[in-house]
Parts: sequence; C-alpha cells; structure tokens
Amino acid sequence: MSQQPLVLVVDDFQDNREMYAEFLAYQGFRVIQAANGVEALDQAFKNRPDIIIMDLSLPVMDGWEATRRLKADERTHGIPVVALTGHVMQRHSKGAIEAGCDSFVAKPCLPDQLVAEIRKMLSPRSSSAVKAEG
Amino acid sequence: MARPAPSSAAQRPVESSALARLALAEQLIASDDSTECAQRAVDWLAQHAGAKAVVCALLDPETHELRPLAGSGVTPAQLKRLTVHRDEEAHPIAFALSRSAPIVFDNGKARAAAPFGPGPFIAVPLPVDERPEARVGILLATPPSPALDRAARWLADVLGQKLVHLRAARRLMDSEHRLQRDRDFLLSVINSVPDPVLLTDTEGRIIISNTRADALFVTREEQSEGRQRAVALNNMLFSAALSRQAIDEPEAARRELLLVNPTEGSDLLFELLSATVQHPREGTGFVSVLRNVTDLRAATEQIEENYRKLKIAEADVRAERDRLDLIIDSVADPILVTDPSGKILLMNTPGERLFTVPEGSTDELQRAVRTNDAHFTSFVSNVFLSGTSARFRGEIGLTDPEANRPLPVEAISGKVMSEHGEVTAVVTILHDRTEALEKARLYEQLERASKELQEKVREATAELVRRNELLQRQAIELEQASQLKSQFLANMSHEFRTPLNAILGYTSMLLQGVNGEMTAPQKRNLARVDSNAKHLLNIINDLLDISRIEAGKMPLHLEQFEVPTLVGELLAEVEPLIQKARLSASTELAFELPPLSSDRQKVKQIVLNLLTNAIKFTPDGAIRVSAGYDPDRDEVTISVSDTGIGIAENDQQKIFEDFRQADDSVTRQYGGAGLGLSICRRLSNMLGGRIAVESKVGAGSTFTLRVPRQGRR
Repeated sequence: MSQQPLVLVVDDFQDNREMYAEFLAYQGFRVIQAANGVEALDQAFKNRPDIIIMDLSLPVMDGWEATRRLKADERTHGIPVVALTGHVMQRHSKGAIEAGCDSFVAKPCLPDQLVAEIRKMLSPRSSSAVKAEG
Repeated sequence: MARPAPSSAAQRPVESSALARLALAEQLIASDDSTECAQRAVDWLAQHAGAKAVVCALLDPETHELRPLAGSGVTPAQLKRLTVHRDEEAHPIAFALSRSAPIVFDNGKARAAAPFGPGPFIAVPLPVDERPEARVGILLATPPSPALDRAARWLADVLGQKLVHLRAARRLMDSEHRLQRDRDFLLSVINSVPDPVLLTDTEGRIIISNTRADALFVTREEQSEGRQRAVALNNMLFSAALSRQAIDEPEAARRELLLVNPTEGSDLLFELLSATVQHPREGTGFVSVLRNVTDLRAATEQIEENYRKLKIAEADVRAERDRLDLIIDSVADPILVTDPSGKILLMNTPGERLFTVPEGSTDELQRAVRTNDAHFTSFVSNVFLSGTSARFRGEIGLTDPEANRPLPVEAISGKVMSEHGEVTAVVTILHDRTEALEKARLYEQLERASKELQEKVREATAELVRRNELLQRQAIELEQASQLKSQFLANMSHEFRTPLNAILGYTSMLLQGVNGEMTAPQKRNLARVDSNAKHLLNIINDLLDISRIEAGKMPLHLEQFEVPTLVGELLAEVEPLIQKARLSASTELAFELPPLSSDRQKVKQIVLNLLTNAIKFTPDGAIRVSAGYDPDRDEVTISVSDTGIGIAENDQQKIFEDFRQADDSVTRQYGGAGLGLSICRRLSNMLGGRIAVESKVGAGSTFTLRVPRQGRR
C-alpha cells in the first residue's frame, strides 16, 4: 500500500496555512508546514515532499527566492511547486513561473479548488507545469 | 700796233695791188674782230700803198671820242697821244671826220695834230660815204701820195663798212646779252618766290612758270603715270579756276583752289591770286600766284578747334563752379573756407547765419556772432597747428544767433595744400549735433527703459520657470499620488484577499461538514456568510480592475473566438441567477457572424456584467442577448436587453461614471458599489469599442457593446 502524498504548505498567515493543512489532512494528504522561505527550504530538503504549496509574499525569504533555490537544488528540483498568492497582478504570476513554479493559483482559493489543483499536478500525465487561470 | 713799214712798198706799182686788195678784203670778211681788221688794214696800207705810218682810230659810240685801234710805223706812246672828241671842230682830225671825202693836211699847225709827228698826212673818215653821224672812225696815213690816197679811200670804204657792220653786230649782241641777263634775273626772282607763279595765255597754256609751279603743273614723259595724271588734273583744275575767274570777276581776286600734290598724292589747298595782263604784242594773259594755305587751313582749323574746346572747357568750368556754388549753398550744414590767418574767405548761406551780422540786428545777436567767430577762429588755429594730418575733427559750442539757443556742432576740417605742401586754406564743415545729442539722450533713455523692461521680462520669465517647475513638480506629485493610489488599491486588495481567503475557506469547510454536520439553521446562516464574503470579493475585484486600468496595468490578450460560443458560456454562468429571479432568457444571433479577434476574457467580463445588471434590475420579465455584425464599421455588436425598471434619460450617462448608480440616494433600493458599468466602459474603450444604452423608465433597457472585429493592441 502506497503512502499518501506529502504536501508542504508554505504561508506566513497562520489561519490560511492551518486551514489548508486541516482540509488537506481531511482529504487524506500528509501535510507539513512552513511560515517563511527559509523554513520552507529546511522542510523541503529534510522531508522531500511530493508537492509544495508556496505563498509568494513571505517574511525572511520570499516565495520566489525559495522556489528558485528549490529548483536549483538537485534534491528538490523535481518537486512541483504551486504558487499561491493574493497578488493577482500579471507580473506576479509571470514572476512565479520564471522563478520555477509549476503552477499558479490566485487567492482567494477555496480548499476544494486547491485540492483539485494538487491532484491535477500529482497525476502522472501532468507532472509538467500547467498554467492556472488567474 | 705800230711797226716800221717796209721801204720797198712805196715803189710798187698800184696795179699790182689788185690781188692784195682781194686778199685783204677776204681777210676782213673772215674776221669778226674790229681791232684785228684795223690792224690788217693799217698793215696792208703800209705794205701796199707806201705809207710810212698809219693809224686807225674808232669813234666811241657813247663818248664820241676817238680811240686809237691799230697803228703801223708808230710807237705805242705816239698812238696813245691821239685823243680827240668828235665835236672838237677846231681839231683837224675832228674836222676830217665830218668831211665826206679824204683830206690831206700839210700845213704845220694841222700836222702837229697827227700822232706820228710833223709831216703831211691824209685823213680818211670811215666809211667815207656815210653821213657824218654814221661815221665809226678815221684812218690816218703819211706821207700822202696819190696811190696812198686811192688805196686809203678804197680801204676806208671796205674797212669802214666792215667796222660799221661789226659795231652793229656788237651792239646787237650786247643788247641780247643784257636782255638775257634781265630775263635770268627775272626768272631767278620768280623762282625765289616760295609760291607757284605762272603766266598763262587765254587758252590756259603756261607761258612762264617758276619751279614751284612746275612741280604742280609740268611733267616729263619719264615721270610716273600717277604723277602725270595728278599734273593733268591740276592743269584742268587750274584752267577751270582761271576761266571761272575770267567770267565771274575779271578783276584781280583771291579764290581757293584745291590741287593734288603730284609727289605725295595728298590734297593741297591754295589761295589763287590772278591778274589779267594786257600785252601789246602777246595779247591777254593771266599772272597767277598760288599761295599754299594747306597748313594754314589746318592751323586755322586747329586754332578754331582749340578755341571751341577752350570755350567748352570754360563753359564746363563755369557750370562746375555754378554747380559747386549751388551744392555748397544747398548743403544745410555751414561750410567755411579760411585762410592761414583765420580770415573767412568763403562761406555758404548756413555759414552766414552763424558768422555774419545782418544789418539792424540786436546787440545780443551781434554778441552771439562775435562769440561764434572767436570759437571758430580758435578751432581753425588749432587745425593749422595740428601737424601733418590732412583732416581735423572737433566739437565747438556755438550759438544760433537768431534763435539764441546753444548750437553744439561737430567741425570737420580739411587742409588745402599748395604744391609745396604749405597750407593755403582750410575747409571746415559744421554739423549740428543738437539732434544727435538729443537722439543720444533719447537712446540712452530708451536703453534704460529697455533694460528695465528686460529686467522685468527676466523676472517674469524666472517666475514663469519657477511656476512651471512647481507645476511639473505638482504633476509629478499627482502622478506619484495616482500611482500610490493604484498601488494602495492593489495592496489593499491583497490585504483584503488574505482574510477573505480564510473566511471563504473555513466557511466552505464548515458547510462541507469537515468539522461535523451542522443544523439546518446553522447551515442557512453560514451560507449567508459565504454569500456576503463572495460579494465582498466581487467588490474588491472590481476595485482592483479599476485601479489596474487606471495604472495602465491591464494587458490585452488578443485571440480569435466565436461569439455564439461565448454567449453560450455566459448564459450557462448566469443560469442559476436567472432561475433564481424567475426570468426567462433568450438569444438572438445573426446568421453570418464573423469570428471576433479581441480580448475574449474582457469581452466576456463586460457582457457578464451587463447580464448580472439586467438580472438585478429586472423584477420580472425576460432577458435577451443578441449578437450581430455591422459590415460598414466592421464591428461586432453584443446587446443585452431586459424588461426591467429602465433608466431615466438624464441618468443615462451618469451610470457609466465611477461609483454611480441612477439612484444616488442613501436609501437606494439596489446594492452594488456602482463600479460595474464604469469598468465596462473602460474595458470597451480598451478594446477600441464603446458601450451605449437605450432605455425608458419602466420599459426596460438595452445595453449594446460594439467592438471592432479586428482588435488592435
């Protein structure tokens, strides 16, 4: 029996982070959390999650930088990163893709929508980057 | 010549002398000389007639004295003693001359008269037959004898005739000689005349001419043809002139005659003076003197020409002088000419106004003139002392004597130099500087005013620049403020989203029963939380759209799409709302609708907004979506019509403004931020299209979007 996918949820806003974590756990995913970019890198290198939900506006180290580092490291460069942000300006989504994000989801994003996105990213046919609707 | 006669001669018979006579006669005929003839005759008489001494004397035709011509048997001294005048009638020999026959003197007194001593002698006049007045001489012989008498008588005839003849011949020769001499003298006189002189007959033939005349009128055969022709022409001209004269004015007169110089071919002008000469033998002739006046004429013409030139030059000079005077007088500035002592030699009228005192003038005026004079003299003396420069410039403060006002003048002087470099005069022109000074003063004022003006302009410009800078700064600040506002809105929307995300997320989770099932009232109320949270999100999204459009941060994504498909999607999206509002919906799509090339998402957003508005403001009735194509404008139209409350005409523009609804009142019936139509207007503008409304209160509204079929970025 295969293990449930491990999801790393990175968000500095605790309520949102824990809401997604709770719902993902409710949906059967294993969930680990990080409140900033540095923590996200630590968790990613340590636990090697199957997918990373990355808020972009983060303290200490922002999501773009963290994503660049993850994609630059051979240990983590294969892990899909779904950018999640309240900034819906074009440049944000574009910057996210450039930083190496595989997908982009705009806030507000209902827990159901996020789960749907995660499942889509984890399915064997679409491991590559898919641009989400803004 | 006396010589002793031979002693035997007296004994010869007379008859034997016939042969001797013939011989003598032949000798006498052959001889032209009277002395030779006389000598032969006396010698013959001594030889053939027994004369011991013979003398032949000739009567001088002018003095009428007897001169011994030849002698025989006498000494030269004896011969010389014979001097008798024909009219000494007392003298035997003079007496014998007047006789018509030989005479023998034998008395003592008469014998003494003979040149050859006492003794009888015979005197025979020569020739015997002639009248005493015609006697040419006498023959004296001694001693007388009948033979001698006969011989002497014959000889006297022969010799007398011969001597008469010779004398006549001699006289003729002499007169001819004298005539020739006179003629030569006359000719030399004529030739010495420098003018051609001619004597011509009535036919015009030249009788006498001098060498000058010959040069003109006579030619020789060997001379050139040209010369011959010239001479012929001259003759013709001359004859014509003479004949005209003879007809016109027979008296001596002058006239001009043009001839040709035969040597050079040039024209020669003569003055012809001719006079008629009446000659008893030769008849009428003309004496003509030609005076060469060619040079004279040329000289005269030259003199006339020179005189004419002189006249013209004089007139020119006079005109020049008049003109100069006129110019000097017409110059408004005073002009003065002064001599080295400073005395004014000449001045024009304006000068006189300053430096002369008119009669009956006031003391004041006289004083002004004297002062002017003093100033001017001082200036001129400076000019004379000014060294080598020919020009001198200075300023003099004069007074206008008539106007009695100060007259500042600029004086410019030029020195008039003699050949030796001495200053003979000074010409000064005075130029009134009053006007110039006034102009300078005005100019200074003008310049000062101009400077002030410039200063003011500069200040104004600086102020303008300052204000401009202020405006620019304000514009920048405004721009920054606008950007800050947009940025603020963007930030705010983000900040709104984060909590909304949590609200919506947790609400969704609760409604899904993640935290256990809820009661029906709980669910109903939670659904209202969810609905309001979503409404809030919509408002925030609208605000974000407005700020993005204002900030120019709304990019266009052109793509080609089919309008019917879009309409289908839209109706599907609003289907729940239509059903909820219990409205009916329909579509009306044109048969030939070309694909639209535009920003699909923005077209969709606009029409969706119109649809939600239509549903919102239509309490009951129907909603209709139509699509068409306007080929004239190449535009696609999408209209949303409803049967709702409608919009008053004066509100129809207001509704497209930001944050506006038709009903502005606080107690308005319908909710919404009032941003929807404003966003629609802005978006349609972005697409190059526009949005319009047709409505009546209570009769529903039709909103029509028109977008170009082919959109442009």
